[in-house]
Amino acid sequence: MSDPTTTTMTLDDLRRILSESAGSEGGQLDGDILDTAFTELGYDSLALLETSAVIQREYGVEIPDKVATPRELLDSVNGSLPAAG
Amino acid sequence: MSRRVVITGMGVRAPGGSGTEEFWSLLAAGRTATRRISFFDPTPFRSQLAGECDFDAGAEGLTPREVRRMDRATQFAVVCARDAVSDSRLDFGALDPSRVGVSLGSAVAAATSLEREYLVLSDAGRQWEVDPGYLSPHMYDYLTPGKMPAEVAWTVGAEGPVALVSNGCTSGLDAVGNAVQLIADGTADVMLAGAADTPVTPVVVASFDAIKATTNRNDDPAHASRPFDASRNGFVLAEGAAVFVLEELERARARGATIYAEVSGYATRLNAYHMTGLKTDGREMAEAIRVALDQSRLNADAIDYVNAHGSGTVQNDRHETAAFKRALGDHAYRTPISSIKSMVGHSLGAIGSVEIAACALAMKHNVVPPTANLYRSDPECDLDYVPLTAREQRVDTVLTVGSGFGGFQSAMLLRRPEGVS
Amino acid sequence: MTTTVFTGLGVVAPNGAGTEEFWSATLEGRSGIADITAFDASGYPARQAGEVRGFDPAAHLPNRLLPQTDRSTRFALTAAELALADGGVDPGALVDYDMGVITANAFGGFEFTHREFAKLWSKGPQFVSVYESFAWFYAVNTGQISIRHQLRGPGKALVAEQAGGLDALGHARRALRRGEAKLVVTGGADSALDPWGWAAQWSGGRVAASGEYRPFDRTASGHVPGEGAAILVLEDADAARGRGVSRVYGELAGQASTFDPPPGSPRPPALRRAVELALAEAGTAPAEVDVVFADSAGLPALDRGEAEALREVFGAHGVPVTAPKALTGRLHSAGGPLDVVAALLSLRDGVIPPTANTDDVPEEYGIDLVRKAPREARLSTALVLARGTGGFNSAAVVRTYDH
Repeated sequence: MSDPTTTTMTLDDLRRILSESAGSEGGQLDGDILDTAFTELGYDSLALLETSAVIQREYGVEIPDKVATPRELLDSVNGSLPAAG
Repeated sequence: MSRRVVITGMGVRAPGGSGTEEFWSLLAAGRTATRRISFFDPTPFRSQLAGECDFDAGAEGLTPREVRRMDRATQFAVVCARDAVSDSRLDFGALDPSRVGVSLGSAVAAATSLEREYLVLSDAGRQWEVDPGYLSPHMYDYLTPGKMPAEVAWTVGAEGPVALVSNGCTSGLDAVGNAVQLIADGTADVMLAGAADTPVTPVVVASFDAIKATTNRNDDPAHASRPFDASRNGFVLAEGAAVFVLEELERARARGATIYAEVSGYATRLNAYHMTGLKTDGREMAEAIRVALDQSRLNADAIDYVNAHGSGTVQNDRHETAAFKRALGDHAYRTPISSIKSMVGHSLGAIGSVEIAACALAMKHNVVPPTANLYRSDPECDLDYVPLTAREQRVDTVLTVGSGFGGFQSAMLLRRPEGVS
Repeated sequence: MTTTVFTGLGVVAPNGAGTEEFWSATLEGRSGIADITAFDASGYPARQAGEVRGFDPAAHLPNRLLPQTDRSTRFALTAAELALADGGVDPGALVDYDMGVITANAFGGFEFTHREFAKLWSKGPQFVSVYESFAWFYAVNTGQISIRHQLRGPGKALVAEQAGGLDALGHARRALRRGEAKLVVTGGADSALDPWGWAAQWSGGRVAASGEYRPFDRTASGHVPGEGAAILVLEDADAARGRGVSRVYGELAGQASTFDPPPGSPRPPALRRAVELALAEAGTAPAEVDVVFADSAGLPALDRGEAEALREVFGAHGVPVTAPKALTGRLHSAGGPLDVVAALLSLRDGVIPPTANTDDVPEEYGIDLVRKAPREARLSTALVLARGTGGFNSAAVVRTYDH
């Protein structure tokens, strides 16, 4: 469990959570996926609900229903986190 | 498969009343029976609402011994079965037991009892290992819920085909459809068919919370279930049951039975799309409707009333609106459509049977029950959903549909047989 | 009238994952029953199960399905894929509404739901998975198989403990005969080898504390629970021929379900009637039945009842009887379908697999139990029986199919 007062969420954190929550086929989350839509990555609304629930528990941040890409999701999480320090 | 099958008896337990008469009064008046959950403290949950039944097992005629050995859902089923038998005025003692069967539906069956036993066995969730010393003698019946149809079979002395059809949220439609098929093909002459579910228990509430399928309109329980309304945001979980006596038409006529309706068509299709999601086009539900019409040798314009699945999720309401247009063409715009889930909530595997009861009663009274809480339709739901107030009109032919997790899409046609007023 | 034939078999059994693996283990007497490895069962009254060991779900399923599936559903999906491949079925080449899915399930996704119960009560509602809403319920395998293979015909899930699997095959047969479908993926899958599921199975009162499952033996003291899946492709024979099927395992010629009178009733149990109805539907006389795959509860009162029904229909020692499930344990909804697989392979190979572990069958049972070693015989018709706790009886007749 991350410490929400000091940690920002990275793309690798997201990769791990997506993989645990909704699975991933080999290489699917590799490379530059920041602006690839979740639907294109193969994640449907159910997968995103489970992922959002895990992020909410780990980071204490509620994810809006409308985030479409990893970048939007990370911005949403990190923009809501208290500044480090 | 040529024998015709009719409903000649029914028993209902739904929120807001304790029997068939009270159930119909609620629907005809457009009253709602959803409320803040009282069975446990719902504060930690996202959705804190339910359609609960004020079910008094003793007052319903169950003995203390029966109450001990039957799960709550089984109690509902048995009480409804007894009502249905009495309502049918059929002398079951005179029937050949091998020609009598049972087909009940339930989505989560003994969930409430499972959760109660879990808390004992795990010391309120503190232990992953369980202590077998605390096992209830009924634990196995909760693990595998064959006891529900078994108890109903014992109630009527059925020794023919006995089944629990567990098709998720279409179980109540599919269990009756299964019974109809067994009579139609000659396997049985009389079937007790229906469904019961009592899912108002924390684990079920939490699982629908997680998927955001239930509404969180916690400040307004009576107006929380709003199928087809622009402001709807999910269904209200409920409990309930309905059981019917089904028999072959000529047998029913020969004994002078009161016939509620003939089940003239039934079909179910899988959408093979998603465990919880629905395609917007309604293709598979439309196909089930088409097949049910075909079996009934009816055109779409014969339908006087459509009892919708109408759960009150945005996804569902649009999906089935599309299905009605696809299957019924222009008649979709002319026929009244309503969702009784606006009043009694969504009792998962039971609701299909509860809705069949509503359809049969609509035919009996020539009244279309309304969709409560419908003040402003979703613009994408542009059909006639009978808002707020019941309508008096001739109801001879009814379509009822169901849709559920796993992709199940079911449709059934009920009609008044010729010569029945 | 439509003839319904089996064209594909898929098995995940404790003594063999894969149809031929299961079959060779069955003929060679290799058992899948051993000490439970899924959890530490040392503190439980029974400690042996027919566990599917070494099953790697990632080797059989897309990674995407793993977070949302219980072990039983993984078995079901694996067996369904094996069955469709075995039958050479390309769903994309057939009409989607012509292919149905009718399965049985006794326990639901029980280990999965145990984990979610634990999260709910130890951590809180917000820790419950979105997948709990369907991974638990009894319809899950029908839905998941339908989605994975794009089968949009009639769907159904049945619960009748051990009898449900044969019931599912019977419902599949009816759907084909009504013309609702041309092909149905059918069978059963079950698993509940988590601590709560295991304790709950024990609570049914029929599990052998000794871990020894000896059907029809004088010393029988219960059964050993198992886990697994058996999924079959049942098809309209004409449709199968139409798509060029060259191998048919056999015909599902008849199936019937009956229910016992309440405990204490003076009326006779209904198993015999299930047998008679299934034989009548198949148009088969008792003398034409070459082998019976018995339910084989492994408790003297129940074994005696089954033996009596067999004596009444076939006469004393009138037909060879066997119980290959002594090597797998009782697989609940998968048990009947797995016996049907064994029966079809018996017909194919002309050999009856033996009943392991049973040494001493009481003479008064009057049954010819095949023991010790496989028995070679010319076989064309088999009867398969299954009984479910509570009073469910199911009987199926399978026979060789001549084009």
